[in-house]
Amino acid sequence: MKKDIAVTVNGCIYEARVEPRLLLSDFLRDTLGLTGTHVGCEHGVCGACTILLNGDSVRSCLTLAVRVDGADIVTVEGLGSRDQLNALQTEFREKHGLQCGFCTPGMLITGMDLLKKYPLANDEEIREGLSGNLCRCTGYQNIVAAIRAAAALRDGSAT
Amino acid sequence: MKPVAFDYVVPESLDAAVAALATADGEGKVMAGGQSLMPLLNFRMTRPSVVVDLLRIPGLASIEKKGDTVAIGALTRHADLEFSDLIAAKLPVMAAAMPHVAHLAIRNRGTIGGSLSHADPAAELPMLAVLYGAAIKAQGPGGRREIPAENFFVSALTNCLEAEEIVFEIDFPILRGHTGWAFEEVARRFGDFALASIAVSFALLDGAIADARVAVMGVADTPLRLRKAEDALNGAKGGAEDASQFAKVVRASVSPSDDIHVSAEYRKNLIGALAEKAFAAAWTRALGERP
Repeated sequence: MKKDIAVTVNGCIYEARVEPRLLLSDFLRDTLGLTGTHVGCEHGVCGACTILLNGDSVRSCLTLAVRVDGADIVTVEGLGSRDQLNALQTEFREKHGLQCGFCTPGMLITGMDLLKKYPLANDEEIREGLSGNLCRCTGYQNIVAAIRAAAALRDGSAT
Repeated sequence: MKPVAFDYVVPESLDAAVAALATADGEGKVMAGGQSLMPLLNFRMTRPSVVVDLLRIPGLASIEKKGDTVAIGALTRHADLEFSDLIAAKLPVMAAAMPHVAHLAIRNRGTIGGSLSHADPAAELPMLAVLYGAAIKAQGPGGRREIPAENFFVSALTNCLEAEEIVFEIDFPILRGHTGWAFEEVARRFGDFALASIAVSFALLDGAIADARVAVMGVADTPLRLRKAEDALNGAKGGAEDASQFAKVVRASVSPSDDIHVSAEYRKNLIGALAEKAFAAAWTRALGERP
């Protein structure tokens, strides 16, 4: 039996009637047309589909859409705009933190949560924080550099 | 859609959740954080007729000191444990282990009740429950009961609960005077399930180890408390010989099997090496220094 949900995504309220088995990742992409959230493994291993749920990074493929009724979600589309990237997105551009771009939405969302919760005092800590996100271009060096730069900006120290 | 179609129930009380599960005729699944259940659903490895979602049951996500124990509600998320001052102060081994539980995005959603119920032999929280001698509280149609952690884990991915029982709280005894403790783990990638892990906790009495606790995981179907290794620790005084004797007993106490990642022999040597490392770190802490 379908259930009605109302959820805020990137500041807009959406109402929909969903099957309980619908994944949040498919809801965002197929129902709402927000295809910035990428779907890789669909079992919680690759990190591409990571979104912010009530401020915390969460795998949207490991969440049922029906469970986020009343929640506040931010996807990569909500981080910044084409004209005005946010600080982390800017560092990804500056440091060439992406190649094909498939993992990038998950990397950015994970990076946002890491910056909020951890000191990220050294590269080891950044790498451990990113260990749940796969980049098959293997472009990790520049992703780490981008997050390192964003952490320095956050802490008010120059790189 | 990846999972099979199922009925979805969102009870607002534990009683209602147990009742909903009881009507599912053994075909029901309880969902807490969903971080172990969702992959199984997506692969259709599990095909429940009903999913009973605990999400809206109030009062199940709390960390409270109650006398000599820390009572943790079943819906408490891994990240809540990781960043809790109370856990850091009263259950230091748990605090040290939490960053190793999967990845941040999983810790933001996964719960302690879910992890224990899932009973993965290479997960941290089941080992910690065994180390601390936690009491796992469950409610079923017949009422509530308390299960010692060591009896809770039956085999890989199997706990001792009846089909209609739900874990609602876990009580972790505070190990008074345990100034020496350590958590060591090796995984193929940080945050992955461990190849092997050991947790150690003890008090220091007149310069010697007393009241030692040792638990391991990744080396058997369930987490294990190693009483012979505890005997080897009690009375030890921190010398290099004590460390290698401890590691020897730990190695001899486990009989892991080969798997896709490593051989049984490798695992046995690994747990020995981790034991030696844990001994040194715990001893250093007991002396009031940073390892």
